[in-house]
Amino acid sequence: MDYALAVLVGLFIALGVYLLLSRSIIRMLLGVTIFGNGVNLLIFTAGRLTREVAPIVPTGLDQPAGPIANPLPQALILTAIVIGFAMFSFLLVLAYRAYQELDADDTDTMRLAEPEDTPRPPLSY
Amino acid sequence: MPLVQRFSAPFSGWLLALVPAAIFVFLLQFIGPVAGGQTVATAIDWVPAYGLKLSFLIDGLSLTFALTISGVGALIVLYAPAYLKGHPHLGRFMGFMLAFMGAMLGLVLADSMLALFAFWELTSVTSFLLIGFDHSRQAARRAAIQALVITNIGGMALLVGAILVRQLTGSWEISALGSPAGEPLYGLVLACFLAAAFTKSAQVPFHFWLPNAMEAPTPVSAFLHSATMVQAGVYLLARLSPALGGTAARSTILLVFGGATLIWEALGALRQTDLKQMLAQTTIASLGLLVMLIGLGSETAIAAVIVYFVAHAFYKAALFMVVGAIDHEAGTRDITALGGLADRMPLTFIGAALAALSMFGLPFTLGFFAKEEIYAGLSDGPRQDIFALSVLVAGNALLGAVGLLVAIKPFLGAEVTTPKAAHEAPIAMLAGPLVLGVAGVVAAVMTDWFGTSVLEPGATAIMGEPVTSHLTLMINPASIALWLSVLTRGLAVLVYQQAATIRTLLRRASSVLWTADRVFDAVMFGLIRFAGAVTRTLHHGRLELYLVTVFAMLALALFVPLLALGGIDALLPISDLGDWSARLVWPDLQPYEWAVALLAVVGLGAVLVARNRLVAIVSLGIQGTAVALIFLLFGAPDLAFTQFMVEVLSVVIPALVMTRLRLDERDHRPFEDLARDGTLALVCGAGVSLALMVVLSGTLDTRLSDFFTATSVPIAHGANIVNVIPVDYRGFDTLGEISVVMGAGIAILALLQRKKAMPDKPAQARKAAS
Amino acid sequence: MNTVIFRTIAPLIVAIMLMFSVYVCLRGHNEPGGGFIGGLIAASALAIWGMATGVETARKALRVDPLALAGAGVFAAALSGLASVFTGSPFMTSIWLYLDLGETSVPLSTPMIFDIGVYFVVLGTITSIALALQSGEES
Repeated sequence: MDYALAVLVGLFIALGVYLLLSRSIIRMLLGVTIFGNGVNLLIFTAGRLTREVAPIVPTGLDQPAGPIANPLPQALILTAIVIGFAMFSFLLVLAYRAYQELDADDTDTMRLAEPEDTPRPPLSY
Repeated sequence: MPLVQRFSAPFSGWLLALVPAAIFVFLLQFIGPVAGGQTVATAIDWVPAYGLKLSFLIDGLSLTFALTISGVGALIVLYAPAYLKGHPHLGRFMGFMLAFMGAMLGLVLADSMLALFAFWELTSVTSFLLIGFDHSRQAARRAAIQALVITNIGGMALLVGAILVRQLTGSWEISALGSPAGEPLYGLVLACFLAAAFTKSAQVPFHFWLPNAMEAPTPVSAFLHSATMVQAGVYLLARLSPALGGTAARSTILLVFGGATLIWEALGALRQTDLKQMLAQTTIASLGLLVMLIGLGSETAIAAVIVYFVAHAFYKAALFMVVGAIDHEAGTRDITALGGLADRMPLTFIGAALAALSMFGLPFTLGFFAKEEIYAGLSDGPRQDIFALSVLVAGNALLGAVGLLVAIKPFLGAEVTTPKAAHEAPIAMLAGPLVLGVAGVVAAVMTDWFGTSVLEPGATAIMGEPVTSHLTLMINPASIALWLSVLTRGLAVLVYQQAATIRTLLRRASSVLWTADRVFDAVMFGLIRFAGAVTRTLHHGRLELYLVTVFAMLALALFVPLLALGGIDALLPISDLGDWSARLVWPDLQPYEWAVALLAVVGLGAVLVARNRLVAIVSLGIQGTAVALIFLLFGAPDLAFTQFMVEVLSVVIPALVMTRLRLDERDHRPFEDLARDGTLALVCGAGVSLALMVVLSGTLDTRLSDFFTATSVPIAHGANIVNVIPVDYRGFDTLGEISVVMGAGIAILALLQRKKAMPDKPAQARKAAS
Repeated sequence: MNTVIFRTIAPLIVAIMLMFSVYVCLRGHNEPGGGFIGGLIAASALAIWGMATGVETARKALRVDPLALAGAGVFAAALSGLASVFTGSPFMTSIWLYLDLGETSVPLSTPMIFDIGVYFVVLGTITSIALALQSGEES
């Protein structure tokens, strides 16, 4: 079951990379999200999978009675999900504003910072 | 400084000169003890953990240099405000000057090799600022950069040398330095220190930066480029003489390079008509002479180093100041356009004459002793010094001639009309040449005192063994040195009389030579072109290619360790598959788990093929939901709920934005790009999968998880471990993370607010306009 | 989206969701839940409210700028960590206080305040993004 998830993680990563390599901004955004999900699953799987036993200590006990899911990767992923979402929102709005200002959604036509005709470095003191 | 300037503008020079003057007086008290053979050492802990100390040492050598620096410095600080009167950045200039003086004093007093290096670099930087002071002129900028580049090459060499010496002898302190001679690395150490000294002291082939540095205001030239900064290289050679000296290689190199510099630059000085350029080139020649003397290394030669250094500092600084005064008062410093100034500037003339006679080497001046010592040092030396001797005689004759040209010619002869009606310079500008000229004579007359208090301790420090002075005012007609002196003077007068002819000849000859300067330009521009080409290659400005590079690196980072460390082999022993069918195990997933995995794959596929944005957003939601379900199935309800909520918002918020974007959903990649990206994506995905499988086939280190599980209730009072970790154990991290979340919110609002500030669509308008 | 049905039931949904979000946030220490989830639920609720009644009304009803809520959240979280100064222990050491209210005892703690801070940060940030985007929608 772990190996099946490993394959699934590979699919997430592959699709994320593929979309990120596209020149269309909107597809790159989708790629960022999918890549993020893939990484979250990667961390989750690397912490080993346990079916259905949440890492919660039953009331009245000091320690869980039986084996539980690994809490550490879960705690890491919890914050990663929220931060990932905040970042996704930011990128979305950034893309939106870039589209409004530059009228472009293709990264090759967005050349505000690195124009094609960048002057050569000056050859004098 | 600006405060001082505002309230006492006319006296600022006098007030500021108190600083170096006080240092000078303070240092004077060490003359007695040092002459008595003592040294004064002090140290401050710098990095105690590495045994680094800021240690300082006063012995004969460093005291001679320090006294010269502070004494000449005081006169220069007095001189500069008068020379630059009314300049808007005078305050800045004086700040640089004092900073340089501090660095220079630190350089000569430092005992720790690293402190020496730090001060060495500081003098380079302050000299850069001073040469480029008039930064609106291109020539000044070029000269400043050139000086910085050349001297910093030497600085790097010095650092390498210092570290090597430390490795070889185990000490950072120069005074505790053992000799690395005989070590296999001695050659490298020597090369490093020689490179440092030759660049700083402008020896051939690094000589070209110093004449260019004359772009600096004259006070800078008078201070840095006569008596102080350029002497740092000579100082370094002298300082390291006990440690590095005594080898044939060192003597030969110093003699050859010093001699070449002496003759080459003395001829170069005759070629010039600009008084300042003439002085600059004689300075280089004098530095070459000092390097030669250090190379000779005999007792009298080393004594000559000290006398010549002091004499040179006195007369050269004085002559620079005189030239500055002429330039300031007459409006030109071209030797062919000057003459007969003696009547109009009598005091300046006296200062100039005293300095020139010292440079010419007449009796009763320090220059006389310098010359006598040099010749005495050689005539009683071995026969192979004859070559060095002839070089020195020729060089000295040429230098003497230039001295006469600079200091006598403008003042004597028929009066020439100058751009400005010349008149006497202000007292602040006269003080320097007069004091230094008189000091040269006084020091010469007080022969015994000078011999025992300056010469002996200084020479002793260089030699590493006691040296006795034999300076005398008596003229001994039987000594060869005297007749060599007379010969030198005769030659000098001859050259002086034929100066114009020699100049014409030299100019004709030099039209094809003197090209090291152009080589420097070529190298610099070559570097700039190379950097530009590299930048254009790497910063091509195409995002997808940057990303291809990044992900290609990711693929390499995944596969190279996997292949190198045998990870794949552990997973799938290709060499010995055995019964491969036994390895093909159908994953033990429950039916509903299959369903969730299928859902994720369907979501991913839908994102890939989505033809319009709504489908894309919804499919994004599908894969997210599948992820949430996976979390739920494998014991992570917190993650599942969070992911669900995020998916809800991820559909709502893009829906708000994307409906307003006329975005093209289709993929415009040409086929070859598709193939490249697809391959790269599959390789990355496969790499991650394989790496994860290798991880899973190993054992998990559960120490941290066990700790959290065991202590969550007893010490953190929380049953939900996943919640306890971020809010309690790792609270500090979480605080940072929520700050990031909030920062993203602020950034988004800022992006959206900007639009409201400019309500009209600027893009269309701009397009229409262009 | 602005139908009568939606506008009518929206306040009910929003109220329930807000209640639920507070509940989820507070129980987080012992059962699934916590500040992150609670904040997301509350933010969704407010976003729904914004859709139903219009952004201006939603903003007025909130009374404070949502981003100010986020700032207050970060501030509260940092302060809860500072409380340990008074016990002489390192930053973020938790302090627990059990209030006896007859039948039950209510645990009060600095991690709880921290979690509430997280709740407000997530709530404030995401609400302000959603409302800002919606107001762009309307104009």
